Amino acid sequence: MTTAKSTSNTTAMLELIKVSKTFNAGTPDSKKALDNLDLSVKKGDFITIIGANGAGKSSLFNAICGTFLTDSGSILLDGTDITFMPDHRRAKSIGRLFQDPMMGSAPGMTIEENLALAAGHGGWLSSITKAEREEFRARLAVLDLGLEDKMGSRVGQLSGGQRQALTLLMATINPPKVLLLDEHTAALDPGTSEKVLKLTRDIVEGQNLTCLMITHNMQSAIELGNRILMMDGGKIIMDVEGEEKKNLTVSALLEAFRKKKGVELSNDRMLMI
Amino acid sequence: MDIIITALELGLISSLTVLALYLSYSMLNVCDLSTDGCFTLGAAVGAVTALAGHPLLAVPAAMGAGLLSGLVTALLQTYLGVPSLLAGIVVNTGLYSINIAIMGNTALLNLNKTTTIFTKAKTLLEGTFLASQYRLVVIAFFVVLVIVFLSFFLKTRLGLAIRATGDNRAMVRSSSINPFMTTIVGLCISNSFTGLSGCLLAMYQRSANVTIGSGMVTIALASLLIGNSFLSKTQNITVKAVGAVLGAFLFRLVYTVALRLNMPASMLRLVSAVIVVIAISAPYLRDRFPEFKRRFENRRA
Repeated sequence: MTTAKSTSNTTAMLELIKVSKTFNAGTPDSKKALDNLDLSVKKGDFITIIGANGAGKSSLFNAICGTFLTDSGSILLDGTDITFMPDHRRAKSIGRLFQDPMMGSAPGMTIEENLALAAGHGGWLSSITKAEREEFRARLAVLDLGLEDKMGSRVGQLSGGQRQALTLLMATINPPKVLLLDEHTAALDPGTSEKVLKLTRDIVEGQNLTCLMITHNMQSAIELGNRILMMDGGKIIMDVEGEEKKNLTVSALLEAFRKKKGVELSNDRMLMI
Repeated sequence: MDIIITALELGLISSLTVLALYLSYSMLNVCDLSTDGCFTLGAAVGAVTALAGHPLLAVPAAMGAGLLSGLVTALLQTYLGVPSLLAGIVVNTGLYSINIAIMGNTALLNLNKTTTIFTKAKTLLEGTFLASQYRLVVIAFFVVLVIVFLSFFLKTRLGLAIRATGDNRAMVRSSSINPFMTTIVGLCISNSFTGLSGCLLAMYQRSANVTIGSGMVTIALASLLIGNSFLSKTQNITVKAVGAVLGAFLFRLVYTVALRLNMPASMLRLVSAVIVVIAISAPYLRDRFPEFKRRFENRRA
């Protein structure tokens, strides 16, 4: 088992250097969300992230996306320092999906219009062209949900699974430098969840995207990707990749957690297998 | 027939404000309470420009003034953190003083002998078959222009971004678009329509006073909601915009008929207030009705 590396790796796509964030600092509610965290993500890495509630997983994503500015440390994306870049500008190179399928798309607008906004082709005053429409149709067909035949339907009429699949497509229609998946299948029923997860794998591997995925499902955390991180108390407490990761089992993960923390894992959601 | 034509003309003039609210209220999801002041601003700037001998310049001047007013309202509610309703109220209040100042510290400007865009049109159309309806021609020209603009604009990337801002702001940010920018652009455009609307009314009735726009936001909202209730099914932007214009006309028609039936003119605002309440509450109460009914039945049992 190796610890988090922050060596000046030239192929690093995303690098967090000593990043800290404390909420409500100086008050009794003070909460250390990220604690001097170092992380180096190589281009093409598909990393799964596990950890109990409040471990700092979503805070890590929020820091990368610029939802808040970090208290200290710096964040580099593909060699560019984005520590102080506003979130909407980072969004050009970072795709993100949330647990709530409603968050990623505009319900009152059509599928086609949502895709056009995400794609952002052309100037401000350009409309959707025929070529774009064809491109959207082809991309939607890959989802295998029949959405390509109802591009004029409002997104609000879609099911949660369809909306999440659409959001996944929107987030990757221009290949992002980093794709962040924040438990994006947790709110879906098991069948749909599996389907969206398969789509995720197809898209991430097909486009060779660099991807970080938070999940509470230990089994898929082990099966998916080439590297697994376990977080606790705003730190990365375990970092396993490659061959070693392939041989991981759920019970080995739990054992590792027990050793690191010296306590039993008590969080029900963490134990979902 | 004449009263229908008059209702149509006045309806179409206020429909420009309705279209402004269609953009700000329906698209951006911002209830722009600066509408009254902005309408008066358009009327004041238009009247002053016409009085200065530039009847054609009056229209772009009024629209430009409306745009600036919209810019201030938008800046307040984006970069300065003023809640959007309050931003509108504050701008509305400030505009009262500005409007009087623009009108040269009087509360009333008379355009009876002034050349306006309407008198220009009258001379221009003399001898043609449209001569008798020159006012309607001018007003319809602007309404059609605005509808055509909106149905084109709202399908562009910027238009889509403005629509998404009212629909899902987070999604706009994640599409790498600053929702502050879309709010600002949207409110600038919508308020330029409101200014145009005020300018046309001042020239139409040959006078501008400092209260010309008061109550306009409620009247326009009522018209918008009336138009919407007829076309609640369609998602087509152009059809919805036409519906907004239709709503403005219907509202004016009902009001004209009510005046004929000896309703005092001062009742207009009460009527529009009631219509807004009904239009917003009726769908809500309709949805809640089954629940009310079950509660009531269970109480009796």
